[in-house]
Amino acid sequence: MKRIYVNEKWCLGCHLCEYYCAYANSNESDMVKALKNIKIRPKIKIEELNGVTSAVSCRHCNEPYCVKGCISGALSINEGVINIDKNKCIGCFTCVLSCPYGAIEPDEDGVVDKCELCMKNSFGSPQCVKGCPNNAIVYEERG
Amino acid sequence: MAINFLYPKFEVIRNQDRCISCRVCERQCANEVHYYNEESKVMLSDESKCVCCHRCVSLCPTKALKIVKTDHTFRPHSSWNSEVIEDIYRQAETGGVLLSSMGNPKEYPVYFDKMLINASQVTNPSIDPLREPMETRVSLGKKNIDIERDENGKIVDNLPPQIKLEVPIMFSAMSYGSISYNAHESLARAAKELGIVYNTGEGGLHEDFYQYGKHTIVQVASGRFGVHKEYLNAGCAVEIKMGQGAKPGIGGHLPGEKVGEDISKTRMIPKGSDAISPAPHHDIYSIEDLRQLVFSLKEATNYTKPVIVKISAVHNVAAIASGIARSGADIIAIDGFRGGTGAAPTRIRDNVGIPIELALASVDERLRAEGIRNNVSLVVGGSIRSSADIVKAIALGADAVYIATSALMALGCHLCRNCQSGLCNWGIATQREDLVRRLNPNLGYKRVVNLINAWTHEIKEMMGGMGINSIESLKGNRLMLRGVGLNEKELEILGIKHAGE
Repeated sequence: MKRIYVNEKWCLGCHLCEYYCAYANSNESDMVKALKNIKIRPKIKIEELNGVTSAVSCRHCNEPYCVKGCISGALSINEGVINIDKNKCIGCFTCVLSCPYGAIEPDEDGVVDKCELCMKNSFGSPQCVKGCPNNAIVYEERG
Repeated sequence: MAINFLYPKFEVIRNQDRCISCRVCERQCANEVHYYNEESKVMLSDESKCVCCHRCVSLCPTKALKIVKTDHTFRPHSSWNSEVIEDIYRQAETGGVLLSSMGNPKEYPVYFDKMLINASQVTNPSIDPLREPMETRVSLGKKNIDIERDENGKIVDNLPPQIKLEVPIMFSAMSYGSISYNAHESLARAAKELGIVYNTGEGGLHEDFYQYGKHTIVQVASGRFGVHKEYLNAGCAVEIKMGQGAKPGIGGHLPGEKVGEDISKTRMIPKGSDAISPAPHHDIYSIEDLRQLVFSLKEATNYTKPVIVKISAVHNVAAIASGIARSGADIIAIDGFRGGTGAAPTRIRDNVGIPIELALASVDERLRAEGIRNNVSLVVGGSIRSSADIVKAIALGADAVYIATSALMALGCHLCRNCQSGLCNWGIATQREDLVRRLNPNLGYKRVVNLINAWTHEIKEMMGGMGINSIESLKGNRLMLRGVGLNEKELEILGIKHAGE
């Protein structure tokens, strides 16, 4: 299955992936309209320590702890992609605590939100990958 | 505080309606132009630091930024123009020599733009390069005119060592130090893929790049940095750098702060020490001395590599080239006065040397007249900007061209001409680790390959139009050129007719 991988050697810490992510999931057709004067809640985040930066998002694990721990059936695996059904989420945040990557976060409505590889929005392919200026974020099959 | 006489050259125009305060401009500007004001929640700019490199403009996701030249003015004066005035203020403040980078930006005539290329009509057929084979391959080096035969009458292969190129384009010398590791890797990989060569410049060869040896020209310059036996034998040719078009007659200086661990090892000098290349080679004061170095290098490489002598185009270039052609060198490279540099004194860059078109024409003419044109191949560089420039240079008599500025532009260079600051936002002319990282060779080399492939297509189209199917038939074929708006003397030196003749 194709997944998002990040090569921190080429990550510039420019944070553009976060903004392209927020825009892709905003349901707006214009980036300015989507992001102007808004505190973004991207599903990919830049982690930074001692000058090393890297983007972190859901790994879409083969045996995900989040899905295993979900008590309401809101998280499910569909052809390898881990999806969230916000209508089913009860906001227990078990997944938030169990994700080893910190890739799941509560959204403003008290339910959780996560990367779905832009499969469910109008773009259809990961926009963080497309927006990365240095090819640090790639979307590929790695066995 | 002293009075600041200088008004910023550029204005950063931010469309606040479009700015989403993502701060990518702030994070990507090594000159620290942009900053975020927490209180008013807007991005602001300190324009005095802007060098107009467009990194912020290119990365801004909402196209909220543009850079414009300031229209702030001094009282207009055609001789004391604002550049002249500002330079005086700058020198009055610092007491120093003005430094600049990249090529001469002054408005001297560009002779390439005053020459037009021929095409076939009716009486001779043009060739469609998409349907018929087109030969762009060249080999550079001395060509023997005499045919030798052995006792059985078989022809003896007496061809001296050559550089083989799929297209008559080479990347000119840029040292590891003046440009980054990633820039070098991009050029080396592109050269390998294209079947052409790049040049180490005077910075030695990084151990990681020995694998590209067949596509590498190793340079020996006046500082002799990084020169040893393995280095000389690593490449496909050895180049002796006598001069550089951007700064004829002077040496080079890589400041100590750029000499980090890797560069110190590659150049074989202590970490943090200034790498100073003297103006002359201290062992070369005549053609005879040059001949000694040429043959020392041939000895060291067991006569398996052609030796290039690179000079800048200066007033007596034809006579100098004649001497070089007799010195045992296999290839002469001439760098015109518009050639680039990582740092040069501004006055020298802008006022010394001559246009490459005139130098090339007069050198080719002189070598032919003296019957020694086959002793050497001619390579020219110094602002070759397009495939049309290449076709014109070859028609004037060049065997191949050197390009560098355009190759760097393929890597992202925006000609902001601040290489000497070491703060290249595009990761090219810098050694700062976080900036070097911005040039990903996996992307960079492909862009360089694209550029050369595009030019190759265009060269073939132009050759086809002239009814020529081999680049060798174009070489020195000055009848394929006509001048426009040139005077008698210029036409005479270029050896071409005026349009309409």
